[in-house]
Amino acid sequence: MGIREDHNRFREIVKGRIKQNFKKYVTQGEMIGRRENEYVKIPIPSIDLPRFKYGPKQSGGVGQGKGQPGDAVDGEQQPGQGQAGDSPGEHTLEADVTIDELAEILGEQLQLPRIEPKGNKRVDSFSNKYTGRAPIGPDNLKHFKSSYKEALKRSIASGSYDPLDPRVVPIKRDMRYRTVKKVSKPAANAVVIYMMDVSGSMGEEQKEIVRLESFWINAWLQKNYKGLETRFIIHDAAAKEVDEKTFFSTSESGGTLISSAYRLCQKIIEKDYNPNEWNIYPFHFSDGDNWSGEDTKHCIQLLKDYFLPRVNQFAYGQVESKYGSGQFLKDLEKSLPGEESLVISRIESKDKIIDSIKDFLGKGK
Amino acid sequence: MANLTPELEKERRKIMKIAQDVGLDFYETIFEIVTYDQLNQIAAYGGFPVRYPHWRFGMDYEQLSKSYEYGLSKIYELVINTDPCYAYLMEGNEFIDQKLVMAHVYGHCDFFKNNAWFGPTNTKMMDQMANHATRIRRYMDRFGVEPVEDFIDVCLSLENLIDRHAPYVTKSKQDPNEEVVPQAVERHDGKLKVHKSYMEKYINPPEFVAEQQQKKAEEFRNQVQGVPENPEKDVLKFLMDHAPLAAWQQDVLSIIRAEAYYFAPQGMTKIMNEGWASYWHSRLMTEKIMNDSEIIDFADRHSGTMAMAPNGFNPYKVGIELFRNIEERWNKGQFGREWSECTRLDEKKAWDKKTNLGREKIFEVRKHYNDVTFIDEFLTEEFCVENKLFVYKFNQRTNEYEVDTRDFPLIKKKLLFQLTNFGQPIISVVDANHNNRGELLLAHMFEGIEMQPDYMKATMQNLQKIWGRPVHVATVVDKERVIIGFDGKDFDSVSLDQLPTGS
Repeated sequence: MGIREDHNRFREIVKGRIKQNFKKYVTQGEMIGRRENEYVKIPIPSIDLPRFKYGPKQSGGVGQGKGQPGDAVDGEQQPGQGQAGDSPGEHTLEADVTIDELAEILGEQLQLPRIEPKGNKRVDSFSNKYTGRAPIGPDNLKHFKSSYKEALKRSIASGSYDPLDPRVVPIKRDMRYRTVKKVSKPAANAVVIYMMDVSGSMGEEQKEIVRLESFWINAWLQKNYKGLETRFIIHDAAAKEVDEKTFFSTSESGGTLISSAYRLCQKIIEKDYNPNEWNIYPFHFSDGDNWSGEDTKHCIQLLKDYFLPRVNQFAYGQVESKYGSGQFLKDLEKSLPGEESLVISRIESKDKIIDSIKDFLGKGK
Repeated sequence: MANLTPELEKERRKIMKIAQDVGLDFYETIFEIVTYDQLNQIAAYGGFPVRYPHWRFGMDYEQLSKSYEYGLSKIYELVINTDPCYAYLMEGNEFIDQKLVMAHVYGHCDFFKNNAWFGPTNTKMMDQMANHATRIRRYMDRFGVEPVEDFIDVCLSLENLIDRHAPYVTKSKQDPNEEVVPQAVERHDGKLKVHKSYMEKYINPPEFVAEQQQKKAEEFRNQVQGVPENPEKDVLKFLMDHAPLAAWQQDVLSIIRAEAYYFAPQGMTKIMNEGWASYWHSRLMTEKIMNDSEIIDFADRHSGTMAMAPNGFNPYKVGIELFRNIEERWNKGQFGREWSECTRLDEKKAWDKKTNLGREKIFEVRKHYNDVTFIDEFLTEEFCVENKLFVYKFNQRTNEYEVDTRDFPLIKKKLLFQLTNFGQPIISVVDANHNNRGELLLAHMFEGIEMQPDYMKATMQNLQKIWGRPVHVATVVDKERVIIGFDGKDFDSVSLDQLPTGS
């Protein structure tokens, strides 16, 4: 029917609008509205058909209920109607878009290559599901409902069904049994480990940048891997693992020992993620200040010996802040030139988020 | 889509008979059973199975589907005004729901057939809509989907600029033998009246006559030059006749306009129509149709339909209560001069002259009234108090809606204002040659509420696309009278000392 056509057209238009304003959505956190599992609400003001109409706040209206003049009117704005009217209601100007669709748009806009999983060790696990139906089988797998349906079909077809005496007698031919179906479940096979410097020099703005970047990185990786796990590490002079919420809300002060985070990350990988089975993506964001050159050397050693041979890609994003020296990035560039699996990106401001996402994900690894 | 099951068909015959017995008079009504998905589709299409392709229907469909799937709302009933009437029942609703819906639908169908405001609508709209769809598809094949769709978008954004009362005005055809012609001649000959023929050459010397004739001719030309002669509320019609459009664009615009006019009476009689259908479903269900075991379910559904959100306005509720109120008043003779001049409350309360005209009266009301006249005539102060009606407004300071007043005249005024032109600004074409440069000037008849500026500007952009030349709207922005102009690139705003005061 035509509505499918119209619906697809509408979805296309929504996607088109998002593409048009993509930069704005990427750089402004509030544009990516409430996140609900796999849906993201995105306000798309220009999708409504404009009309000459009264401003809503001025007009007011007639209502019903208790209350003295001056009392607030609570409840919803729209009348709760029990039955269909002749006009569709006011349109909310938010479109629900799946994260998958967003990732697709991101991929298209930045021309990101598909990710090649490391090796072909995509581990799929199988499980048995009794969802099939077959005309033969053991009695204990007999499926009553479909057997009954078959019997009913047969009796109606043969004319023996009487609505006044709706008895249906199944015969052997009607019986249906459950059969096993093998269902392949792709196992979670990729992990992103976010590390962030939460020392005093990382301000709100810097953290916002990290939050936005990680949202888009997650969206893209999720599209490429059926199951994606995320872990979060914050560090100043010491590192600890936290949940997502804490990750984005903590601010501490104190010194910075980057190696502490790297060591914790190593520990997590060793414990939970066998590099032969997992695609591993560590992301580290900091303002580039490290406590000592000694510690930086230590970090480089770790990268060279442990991380780079094992992970798909190690990403370091340096968020510029007015307090940070940015030394760490220079050190990395100097000591690890031409490393294939190390990506370094400098993020000067929110507007550079797009470029940095492209740096991180553009290699297709 | 499927026909009714034998059980429902039996019930339908029964209900139809009962409805006819109480005096309802309707076109043949065809019920079909549809799944919730089909119902959402049909609802997105405004009740029709086929519409022209447009993404807006897809948007409505998505919203309806989501809100149904999340359990926020559910469509019980859908009926369209055609002959025969088509009504849809949702598969899987309970038996009592289906009965209730059928009774409700017969109420609507009676209203469609008998209410005077539905008189001029096309009762074969089903075919017409399919016809429109074919035409638009053909244009899309020829000129491409996007150009046609973009143009539909433009038309739809002007869709509400029609003259809702135009279908009810039959313009008197001008009789060529009437005085119009001699008057024009008289106007042109420029002579003063002469009683005595010998005075002619003194009173009307040839030079004088020539001068007068020239003057008059100029006056006449000036008069004719104004397009439109009078402010034209049917902006769509005006654009069809005067905007530089390709043939297909003209046709698309005419389609949008025809459909807007088709849906207009439903908007004009919303309260009455729902009130009337609810009145009858409750009457028929409780008196004739239901059996004892169904009463609780019925009460539940019925009260759900009648519920009012705190600052909502439920046309079902207000409509049914007003009809009941009218019936009671006319049964007791609470009308006429004697009643309105009575000032004693106790006397009024006990007033019962046993006139028993109620039933007759409500049938009369459903025939001749629309929402505006209905509220204007039958909304009484007692009714407002009893139903706890109030006016609310938005408080800029607290950022909340709050109760403004419970004063009866103000409630009535507000309600009537909301209903007149469906609470939309009244806008008409005033001048198609504004500034003597072929620019279009519209005027907003300002009644105390300003238009939403961003929407206004976006709409003006669309208007400009159709008109081709710059467009202007005379309105009020931030309490200042202005003419907003858009020339295809930029907006400008000219302050007016004197706003053309509408009306």
